[in-house]
Amino acid sequence: MALLALAVRHRGRMTDYEVVIGLEVHAQLLTHSKMFCSCPAHYLGAEPNANTCPVCLGLPGVLPTINRQAVDFTVRTALALQCDIPDFTKFDRKNYFYPDLPKGYQISQYDLPLSLNGHLEFPVNGETVRCGVTRVHLEEDTGTMHHAGDVLQSATSSLIDLNRCGVPLMEIVGEPDLRTPEAAREYLVRLRQILTYIGVNDGNLEQGSFRCDANVSLRPRGDTELGVKVEVKNMNSFRAVQRALESEIERQTAVLDAGGTLVQETRGWVEAQGRTISQRSKEQAHDYRYFPEPDLPPLRLDSAFVERVRATLPELPDARAARFQSQYGLTAYDAAVLTDTRESADAYEGLVAAGVPAKLAANWQSGDIAALANEHRLPPQESGLGILGLAELLLLVDSGAINGPTAKELLVELYLPGGDPEKLVRERGLGQVSDESALRALVDAAIEANPGAAADFRAGKQQALGQLMRAVKDATGGKADMPLVNKLLRDRLLGQ
Amino acid sequence: MTLSRDDVDHVAMLARLGLSDEEKSRLLGELEKILDHIARLQKVDTSMLAETAQVGDLVNVMRADVPEHPIGTAAALRNAPATDGNYFVVGAIQVAAESETGQ
Amino acid sequence: MSWTAGTITELAAALRNGSTTPRALLDETLAHLERSDKNLNAYLSVTQDLAVEQADAATKTLAEHPDTASLLCGIPMALKDVLCVDGVETTAASKILKGFKPPYTGTAVQRLFDAGAVCVGKTNCDEFAMGSSTENSAFGSVGNPWDVERVPGGSSGGSAATVAAGTVPYSLGSDTGGSIRQPAALTGVVGFKPTYGRVSRYGLIAFASSLDQIGPFTRTVEDCATVYAAIAGHDPRDSTCDPRAVEDPLLTLRKGVEGMRLGIPREYLGDGTEPGVRAAVEAAFKVLETQGATLQEVSLPSTDVALSVYYVIAPAECSSNLARYDGVRFGNRVERPSLTDMYLQTRDAGFGAEVKRRVMLGTYALSSGYYDAYYRQAQKVRTLVGQEFDSVFEQVDAIVSPTSPSVAFPMGSRSDPLSMYMCDVVTLPANLAGIPGISVPCGFVDELPVGLQVLAPRFADARVFQVAHAFEQATAWHSSRSPFAIEAA
Repeated sequence: MALLALAVRHRGRMTDYEVVIGLEVHAQLLTHSKMFCSCPAHYLGAEPNANTCPVCLGLPGVLPTINRQAVDFTVRTALALQCDIPDFTKFDRKNYFYPDLPKGYQISQYDLPLSLNGHLEFPVNGETVRCGVTRVHLEEDTGTMHHAGDVLQSATSSLIDLNRCGVPLMEIVGEPDLRTPEAAREYLVRLRQILTYIGVNDGNLEQGSFRCDANVSLRPRGDTELGVKVEVKNMNSFRAVQRALESEIERQTAVLDAGGTLVQETRGWVEAQGRTISQRSKEQAHDYRYFPEPDLPPLRLDSAFVERVRATLPELPDARAARFQSQYGLTAYDAAVLTDTRESADAYEGLVAAGVPAKLAANWQSGDIAALANEHRLPPQESGLGILGLAELLLLVDSGAINGPTAKELLVELYLPGGDPEKLVRERGLGQVSDESALRALVDAAIEANPGAAADFRAGKQQALGQLMRAVKDATGGKADMPLVNKLLRDRLLGQ
Repeated sequence: MTLSRDDVDHVAMLARLGLSDEEKSRLLGELEKILDHIARLQKVDTSMLAETAQVGDLVNVMRADVPEHPIGTAAALRNAPATDGNYFVVGAIQVAAESETGQ
Repeated sequence: MSWTAGTITELAAALRNGSTTPRALLDETLAHLERSDKNLNAYLSVTQDLAVEQADAATKTLAEHPDTASLLCGIPMALKDVLCVDGVETTAASKILKGFKPPYTGTAVQRLFDAGAVCVGKTNCDEFAMGSSTENSAFGSVGNPWDVERVPGGSSGGSAATVAAGTVPYSLGSDTGGSIRQPAALTGVVGFKPTYGRVSRYGLIAFASSLDQIGPFTRTVEDCATVYAAIAGHDPRDSTCDPRAVEDPLLTLRKGVEGMRLGIPREYLGDGTEPGVRAAVEAAFKVLETQGATLQEVSLPSTDVALSVYYVIAPAECSSNLARYDGVRFGNRVERPSLTDMYLQTRDAGFGAEVKRRVMLGTYALSSGYYDAYYRQAQKVRTLVGQEFDSVFEQVDAIVSPTSPSVAFPMGSRSDPLSMYMCDVVTLPANLAGIPGISVPCGFVDELPVGLQVLAPRFADARVFQVAHAFEQATAWHSSRSPFAIEAA
């Protein structure tokens, strides 16, 4: 933050720069098998190099085959990002040597990608920002490397694991339309939300299934030509993206203000040091020698195919939130929270469909249920209770059979193992005490036992009521209908 | 089209061929001669011709997304010239010297 | 009597009437192989254990299912060393792959194994199939069984030579620019390159992916059709392998050429054609005419420039296909402390001169600034080459020509790369167009064989066999035996 303040001061004093940010996202697809061979696409947890076959090892004589699901997923993504789907597309070879790339080329897409010209809209500080999506194309992931000592620069050897090699990877290239680190972050948040919504990616930045590189440049405000572009890598959280961009903008500003010139290069974000460091210079330009992959016939995706894929697109978060507001009478905030993930929105609508009133379902789904889902990393649909069990529990609340705290205790207890809430309430006698005459007697007893609190409340001290409420609650073993207790206490104390 | 010694150096590096000076000089001459011959390609009027990357009319050749058993670590490493535990292993990656790397 | 110089048809009959057994056949084959290969160097490895196992399995199959067993069951064969066999050293005749044992078997080979084939060894060839003389092998040249001082052609020289030497009745090779047809011509055997996409390339060590096809060498056209039928057909592991049903070439084999229109491309009998070859091929044309075919001159004007197209596209693809030989996961490595030095030294030490030349040429043709002038332009002219074949095949049913402008030349006589490349001038256009082609023996010049090439439209593979068979049956050239084959018999 101190750095940012410095940047602002610099800008005030010296040239006013416009920041130009473009993001490139690599997202692994949630297919069962790899992109060009039938090895499982799930590689985490496998012994190094166990998840391989002659094809993904790049052995002599093997040939790639296209995973149909990966093509479907990429088209689905492209449609969600409002892209055009050309009717002809092909794969190309991108040639370069690196130990994590067994064939010496990556099968990717060059001049005729699967999709083009999309965009993404998202709010930043209450304003809608629109960022163009240049293209979404399909390629294969590389293997992973472990450098002795974990630092590439000084390692004397590197270990290679090809388990990840060949996992389907979508590259989503954004236009340089972003102007602040915050907008960049929000772009990623929205993109990740959409990818997870449509079921093509698990959105895990830490494990690298959703990866982001940024191109950052500065130019004097008013200029239309782009400044020298620096590519920033190694950002594996949304926070890291924002911090890395802030730090890189600060660095570039300082260089320019000092009269220096920037070099086009790749810089890595070093979280521990809070700065980017140069990874390599681009003096010797990349020459990937792209050419059409001769081992794979091209794809012709006709409109019937595209429409078939479009039919598999779920309602996207924005549209769903708007519908939640109008259909269920929710606030914009509640609707946004509930539609944050597809599981959450689906769970909410499942509860409502099972008869739980919309507002009650919203409170519980966005509150206690979401917290449990998060804690156990298990969406409500897959919990032991399931949507119907949860609905049964909430209907007990709605009917007044149990009170809120009891419902919460049962929810925590039953979320994972599941069970029959109604039966438990009966067996354990957890039914809410709502009998007015019985509660009135307990209210009187509480006032008698806590004269100080009663006097305080009568003198206008609202919070004094809490002590009295607790006394009644304890007297019922926690089962009292608390809103009713509240009313009875007030009636009695205020003499109505 | 004439080929320079720099071209040969550049292409040899792109292709990761550690050629001796003598080899490079010989290749320079040979490649120039071949390129001279190939230059007749430029005389063909191709303005009305599409590109043929592969013959035949196959399109949309795709497979079902059904996983199969991988071959496992031992088989994967069996032909490796060097390994370290269950990994393939290579020497120092001198970052500055690399003209290209993966993402 | 010895059976090893027989044909598949003869051997299959002998195995069924009890004249011989798979093991007896194998023993004779191995004995002849050992004797002849001292002079020929046709083999890079002999797979005796595999062969014994397969011969025993074949014996069982023939005993249990004599009527349904494949014609190939129990019959010895050899594989060009660019074809992967599980657990069997496969080197592509390159030092960089010395000792490499693939963990899988390629599709075409597996189909032969499933039919009961007995694989006796892996044959020598030009390194990574790059060459026209088999002199580019890292493991020594191959002698031509008609004159061991001469080359057998290439790149599948070992596969051609072993059939010509009477060791095995058939072998597999690969043809990227003529690498089956040209050595077949130079060694006096039958060699067939199928339509691109007819035989799966899975398991074939790639040279140029859009041009490579696997195909058989045999002593007769009928045998050739038999082996082709066994290896052809759709394979889900090769996306460029066509799913359309394969016409059985044996059904039309004997239909003759009566009424067929055959075209002779004037460009295929250019100034570079040796007079003896021209005379032999012209005599062959007469034979076909006598058989009832109508011959006419046709023109393929881009033949000359096709060579240039080929020498851009093939090296470009090979430069990429050979990037995997990096000393990391398999093959040989020159240890160096830094990765870049390891790459440079491994590939320098592992590849021979011709491979390096083509990798350099291809890398250059694809590199920034040159792509449009070379690779893209070559792709466009490739379209033209295909269009010219299309229009010729509107006039004629098949094309006939010499397979090679020359007969087998002395080893070491073509040191200039360009003059070596000229060997392929009449064979490589078929690879660019993806059409099928065969070479069938059609005479001799100074006791060196000459081949007649027959080309047909894509997927008309059966027609190629039909024309070649008609010619073969009208002549006796296919029964001429090399000195090695005579010794075997």
